[in-house]
Amino acid sequence: MSKKATLFRLIKELFLTNKKAVIIVFISLIFASAGMMSISVFIQIIIDDAIMPALDAGWPAVADRLFAILIAMIVVYTLAITGTLLYTQIMAKVGQDYLDDIRKAMFEKMESLPINFFDRNSHGDIMSYYTNDVDTLRQFITQSLVQFTMTMLTLMFIIGVMLYYSFILTVFVGIGAFIMFKVTSRVGGKSSERFKSQQKSLGAVEGYIEEMMHGQRVVKSFVREEKAKEEFDALNETWYDDSATARHYGNILMPVLHNIGNILYVSLAILGSILVYFNVTNIGFSGIYPFSIATIGIVVSFLSLSRQFSQNIRMVSQQAPMVAMALGGASRIFYLLSLEEEHDEGYVTLVNCIEEDGKIREVDEETGEWAWKHPHRDGRLTYRKLEGDIVLSNVDFQYVEDTPVLKDVSVYAHPGQTIALVGETGAGKTTITNLINRFYEIKDGKVRYDGININKIKKPDLRRSIGMVLQDTSLFSGTVRDNIRYGRKDASDADVIEAAKTANAYDFIQHLPKGLDTDLSADGANLSEGQRQLISIARAACANSPVLILDEATSSIDTRTEALVQEGMNRLMEGRTVFVIAHRLSTVKNADAIMVMDHGEIIERGDHDSLIEEKGVYYQLYTGALEME
Amino acid sequence: MLKTLARSVREYKRESLLAPLFVALEVVAEIFLPLIMAVLIDEILARDITNLVQISLVLVLLAMMALYFGYLGGKYSAIASSGFAKNIRKDIFYNVQGLSFSNFDRYSHTALVTRMTTDTTNVQNAYDLLVRVALRAPLMIIFSIIMAFSINAQLSLIFLLALPMLSLGIFLVYKYAIPIFRRVFDKYDKLNKYVQENIKGIRVVKTFVQEEYEKTRFKARSEDIRDDFIKGERLVVINQPAFQFTLYVVMTIVAIAGSYIIVNTFGGYDAAGNPIWGDLSTGQLSSLIIYGMQMLGNLMMLGMIFVMFTIFSASARRITRFLHEESDIRNPEDPITHVRNGAVAFDDVYFKYTEEAENWVLKDINLSINPGETIGIIGGTGMGKSSLISLISRLYDVDRGRVSVGGVDVRDYDIATLRNAVSVVLQNNVLFTGTIADNIRWGDEDAPLEAVERVARIACAHDFIMSFPEGYDNPIEQGGTNVSGGQKQRLCIARALLKKPKILIMDDSTNAVDTKTERSIREGLRTHLPDMTKIIISQRVGSVEDADQIFVMDQGRIVDSGTHETLLETSDIYQETHAMQQLGDDADE
Repeated sequence: MSKKATLFRLIKELFLTNKKAVIIVFISLIFASAGMMSISVFIQIIIDDAIMPALDAGWPAVADRLFAILIAMIVVYTLAITGTLLYTQIMAKVGQDYLDDIRKAMFEKMESLPINFFDRNSHGDIMSYYTNDVDTLRQFITQSLVQFTMTMLTLMFIIGVMLYYSFILTVFVGIGAFIMFKVTSRVGGKSSERFKSQQKSLGAVEGYIEEMMHGQRVVKSFVREEKAKEEFDALNETWYDDSATARHYGNILMPVLHNIGNILYVSLAILGSILVYFNVTNIGFSGIYPFSIATIGIVVSFLSLSRQFSQNIRMVSQQAPMVAMALGGASRIFYLLSLEEEHDEGYVTLVNCIEEDGKIREVDEETGEWAWKHPHRDGRLTYRKLEGDIVLSNVDFQYVEDTPVLKDVSVYAHPGQTIALVGETGAGKTTITNLINRFYEIKDGKVRYDGININKIKKPDLRRSIGMVLQDTSLFSGTVRDNIRYGRKDASDADVIEAAKTANAYDFIQHLPKGLDTDLSADGANLSEGQRQLISIARAACANSPVLILDEATSSIDTRTEALVQEGMNRLMEGRTVFVIAHRLSTVKNADAIMVMDHGEIIERGDHDSLIEEKGVYYQLYTGALEME
Repeated sequence: MLKTLARSVREYKRESLLAPLFVALEVVAEIFLPLIMAVLIDEILARDITNLVQISLVLVLLAMMALYFGYLGGKYSAIASSGFAKNIRKDIFYNVQGLSFSNFDRYSHTALVTRMTTDTTNVQNAYDLLVRVALRAPLMIIFSIIMAFSINAQLSLIFLLALPMLSLGIFLVYKYAIPIFRRVFDKYDKLNKYVQENIKGIRVVKTFVQEEYEKTRFKARSEDIRDDFIKGERLVVINQPAFQFTLYVVMTIVAIAGSYIIVNTFGGYDAAGNPIWGDLSTGQLSSLIIYGMQMLGNLMMLGMIFVMFTIFSASARRITRFLHEESDIRNPEDPITHVRNGAVAFDDVYFKYTEEAENWVLKDINLSINPGETIGIIGGTGMGKSSLISLISRLYDVDRGRVSVGGVDVRDYDIATLRNAVSVVLQNNVLFTGTIADNIRWGDEDAPLEAVERVARIACAHDFIMSFPEGYDNPIEQGGTNVSGGQKQRLCIARALLKKPKILIMDDSTNAVDTKTERSIREGLRTHLPDMTKIIISQRVGSVEDADQIFVMDQGRIVDSGTHETLLETSDIYQETHAMQQLGDDADE
């Protein structure tokens, strides 16, 4: 989206959030900026209408006039202050409301995006939408936008008044403004250019620090501290060069503009007095008359106007980079909001049921029995009991065009069976599991769940029927209980305890400071890896779905916890259809069927004994002749 | 706090002093402008242009001087603040390099990175402000007051009334607003953490179909933040009408009263014949107004600087706390710089990571290892194996007893000497960006390629290295993503061997290597490096069964020791572990 379009959309959306408020804000801004500008005008009026005549005719002659001016000042300033009070208070709310809307819209969008998005973008990049981009937008909405509008309005007022007074002098100020803009874009451009490279070199420094922190133990063991310092210094020095230059340009802009303004002021004074002295005819919207007659006040107030004028131009040039940054952030946010959500054309749903005389009847209350409700095109409605029978037939898949990841893969998993997937990293084990719950869409072939093509099943219902225990356990902040109940919010306390017991997690949970109510700080950092796995098993047990996807952890946990985890897993697997990405041979050995995968194909299949007999790849893996990951 | 930070100014002292000096000069040049402009205006009013050229020249000269000084001030403050930030970052980094692990355990990686990035940038911004604006604003205020008084003292009294009133207003606003903003930024951080959790756990969210639940939770948090922000913003923006009110009242009074004075010598004359309310010309009236605006404007600026400094002080506090952190482990006086051999002994060693900890991590450890022996240490996670070996290279100091290497207490060695003699291959292997050869050469930067190849062969890494398109010159990607776990481990072993250590410690560092290769690595070590002491930590019995001595650890103690055969008979834990692993055959993993 172009900058202009982004700005337009931002303003439009802000306006639409609260039309009345925005209109009031705009009117208030007009009053506020008129007030600011009127200081110069009042000086002109006081000089021309009060001081000058009074010097000739004495004070009493202008007393009434002066009183009128005073009243006018009070009225104008009261309006201006009221305006400022109004717009600042209203904008504080409108701005924050809008930011809140944006944050919520972003999060809601994010939750609805396909997994693809999360796999393709680094977590840091996604986070930066919420941190950097929303932050710049906040700056823009709470500060720059209003200030910018106000500055623009003031400039317009000033130009209007200047034109009213005198064309010649306005043209002169215009030339000054042009020079200032030129300087701003030159110096400002250089500054922002160097700021960019400064950001980049800071990134390099950060990357280096992170790498060294991560490898701190290695650095120390190899006594590489001095070398690390040297390399760090070099990067830090580059950053310094960029930063010093960028700031140099940034810092000088204001004094330079300020004093160009001063020089403009002086030149204007000279020009004005020459005009007055030589009685040059003045032309302005206020009329045509020789300078000498009534316009000394004009020259004086023009000087004051030109001062305000350059002040406002300085403001603009100060705000401009912030506005540019905010628009960059906003266009990234709008891009995120425009991404296509995961769509769901499924119509088969999962419902509670009871079985009576071999017939399935749908009920509202929870029965622990589930069925697929399948409306057909001809208006018929059929029910099929949820069993957990999964069949992949001739499935092809690719993440990116022309790079097949799965080739003609067929897997049959009947209710209660365990299917072990083995093979090297990248062989396609995880990909298979990604297709079953439709994190990704297959390219060719079919996946059926209880005989129903999974494309016809509503995604939430499909996923509800498939539990998952992943290597990366991802717990959420909240209590242990919240985490176990995560997949079934209405689970009773008894259910939670039951699940914890199934997973072998209940023992250690009881030893936590507050048992099930122990608050896990972010991402469960205060639990050991093994304990986190136990909780994630309990979470799956509590959700109680007939099909399970397990990705066994490879990270070494101690033998005792491992035995607990293993036992918990085994209990969880009982009576369920399980796809397991296996790393433990005991798991593999007990599987009903083992799929040995290589480069997206199933190269061997069978149970442990038959595969050992085959003396193929599985045999080599098993005897440790090949590395398995 | 400031003292510690000031130490980082160092070679930028000159610039740090020049910047405010030039800023002050700029202010001086600038402050005279309105005064002289008043003369100019009065000339115009009097329609007398005889002095016009001189006055204009003075004005332009002053403006040029102000421009030049402003330029220099900006330049030097850029150098000073960037240099200061560079030095702070450097000091932090150097300090980290010097710290021991017991210090290090107290800080997370992200905290350290934040100290060197965000916090340093905050301090830099504050410093830049300090050397420029923080001086400029008060100077402007003071000089403007002086100038105003020199024009018309009586009329200027109004400024003396307005300034403290507005200051009080600004102060009160910030006093109440800053705590709100602190709180809301804290909540904001939490919200971001929550988002991060969701990004990381998106598969779990989707699997358990909890999108709607997460949205509701987020909504509540976001709205809470919004409400706080509105409260804070509404308070802060009161500054603006307050400023305008003061400004307009002052301007109106000055303008009206000023014109009275100009025309009337308002208030009559005193005994000496001087006007009581002073003298004023029209030009001076407009200068007074300019000075008044400068005063009030700069006062607002001071308020903003005040806010900046609250942000700065939080960052500065965090940085100094870190700079004050001193290493717990220091070189002894007269350190020993030669390690005789690879003998290792533990005598009655007790150890825990923090003084406050209740339980010992290691209790009553006694062992003695002869040079060249192969030693196995076995036991579950958290039983103290890794702690035990980290004492050998003195990553930590013992609390009781002593650890000796080559017959000498490790605390008597020069730390670098000791660590060079002890090579540790760690559980989590870290490779660095660079080529494969670069990574192996971490052990010895000047090693010739033959030496690199030799250790790679012993570590069974040579063959797979050669299978990369560029062999030893093949780059390792950041985080080592282009080699498998087992390959990574073998490169790390090679790297450790290149150091020619007297003692090699492998901390569960072959668990991703297949059993056959693992066996040949052990054989290679035994035949090629017979004098090097080899300590192997593992959870697999298979990795240690051919060791000369095996120690079994449990709950921080060595519970059994002996050879594979004797342990199978005497040690319950060893038997149990062995049996459990036999079940999965030793092909496990």
